[in-house]
Amino acid sequence: MTARRRTFLTWNWLFVLPALTLLGLFVVYPTLWTIRMSFDTGLGLRLQKFVGLDNYIRLLTRDQFFLNLSTFPPSGAVINNIIWLVLFTSLTVGLGLVIAVLADRVPYEPIVKAVVFLPMAISFTAAGIIWLFVYSPDANTGLLNALVKAIYPEWQSVAWVGRVETVTYSVIIAAVWMWVGFATVVLSAALKSIPQEITEAARVDGANEWHVFWGITLPMLAAPIAVLTTTMVINVLKIFDLIYIMTRGGPQGASRVIAYTMYTETFEAGKGGYGSAVAVIMLVLIVPVMLLNLRRFRAEEAER
Amino acid sequence: MNARLSRYLSSGFLHAALILIAVVWLVPTIGLFVTSWRPRPDIFGSGWWMAFSTFRFTAENYIEVLTAQGLARAFLNSFAITLPGTVLPVLIGALAAYGFAWLKFPRRDWIFLIIVGLLVVPIQMTFVPALRLANGLRLTRSLLGIWLAHTAYGLPFAIFLLRNFFAALPRDLVEAAKMDGASDLGVFWRIVIPLSVPAIASLTIFQFLWVWNDLLTSLLFVQDPNLLPMTVSIAKLLSTYGTEWHLLSAGSFILMAVPLVIFFSLQRYFVQGILAGSVK
Repeated sequence: MTARRRTFLTWNWLFVLPALTLLGLFVVYPTLWTIRMSFDTGLGLRLQKFVGLDNYIRLLTRDQFFLNLSTFPPSGAVINNIIWLVLFTSLTVGLGLVIAVLADRVPYEPIVKAVVFLPMAISFTAAGIIWLFVYSPDANTGLLNALVKAIYPEWQSVAWVGRVETVTYSVIIAAVWMWVGFATVVLSAALKSIPQEITEAARVDGANEWHVFWGITLPMLAAPIAVLTTTMVINVLKIFDLIYIMTRGGPQGASRVIAYTMYTETFEAGKGGYGSAVAVIMLVLIVPVMLLNLRRFRAEEAER
Repeated sequence: MNARLSRYLSSGFLHAALILIAVVWLVPTIGLFVTSWRPRPDIFGSGWWMAFSTFRFTAENYIEVLTAQGLARAFLNSFAITLPGTVLPVLIGALAAYGFAWLKFPRRDWIFLIIVGLLVVPIQMTFVPALRLANGLRLTRSLLGIWLAHTAYGLPFAIFLLRNFFAALPRDLVEAAKMDGASDLGVFWRIVIPLSVPAIASLTIFQFLWVWNDLLTSLLFVQDPNLLPMTVSIAKLLSTYGTEWHLLSAGSFILMAVPLVIFFSLQRYFVQGILAGSVK
């Protein structure tokens, strides 16, 4: 008994104690509290009245800004997030792959990669303003409208982020612009680690570039592409700043996503319970990725 | 002949595609940059791509946004938030990473597994209770609240990245030092830290950019209007003067200046950091 106590009370704890205290106070305990609050009205951001699953039921069935299946096409933050998931993930990974493969063949590769990677360093705030300016409905200031007008002189300027039909796609393009560099850098590094002998041997055997890419390069990039895709999926679920800057969820809530809904329901509408339920839904959606990470980590540890 | 022609054509296509991509990626930023140096009437009179035919440039926008709009103060606030918001998680994270890599204590591997799980927990899950805690302790009236929030939110990644790096260091080195009577703190400072400079540099750059560029955490944890960082100040500028591009463009470039300097001077560490931990 005493021996066991002695091993528990070791000075070694001191190394991890500051970190564990902060994580406990700011992450673990709050996470549990948020789960509890999602079953409460949470008005004024404190526990008021237990309401069971009411928040979840209302979110999923009666909140047209969160999930509206009664129209065609369906709309709401969840649907927008699905559009984000499909377009943002495939475009960043796809374009990243194309740029990495193409740039690999030219001597000025570092310059191309740096240019594409540059937006990763700046904030969503700055990127949002850069793109709001591109999308400006005034053809005298907005590059996009001016470009289209140069091609079709009778073009009527479009408020790209001011219209329900275009707003989500416009914001997604800005996000893709920011994150393609990340995909390019990761895939380019993976590409360089493929042994040249393999691709050379295939070329000697008469395979053309197209065959080499589909038959060798792409299969050998499968693992990094999978890791990259999970990173992008997490990004999609967390996307907030860009929407706060570019649209505030508008017009008429048309560009809301899940993370934005959590913020606005909690801190602008003061509905702590409702917002917490949105946060819990975010967490539930991310749990598969978490399990995937844990499995990968344990596999890597076993190899050590 | 035919093969050469097709190779020539395909390499022409290759260069054209890459140059097009580079142009598309640069033009939006260049447009805003040019705009930030143009007089206000010109910005609304003609597109920025016409700026070189009118050729009137001024630093007036920068002066106005820094002084009248108070971005100079916000710039300093951003530093006041970012420096501790970077040093604290790196330092506390490194200590913990050493613990998880080289020390023994009960449930060590289980606790570390929980931290790996925390890597992807959305910070939205923590906001309401964490904010109530910070408000209750009066942390949000100073910068203490945002420092602690950024430290806590940065820790899982910091611990994960550094622990994996530390654990890969040669065991003999650590054990030899202990045989010579070095304490754990001594091993940490004199052996592990000096050997881990690349990992620590990558992490520091990452955390610095993450905190400097952060909008969401500051929106919540900085409640004194005199302490707001640049991201929040520019968001406010945007909602007050939606289309005053002379202010927004200059403000954005002041906000971008620091990350761009870091990017150009430390790109190597930045890229290494991405490759080491593309899980966050």
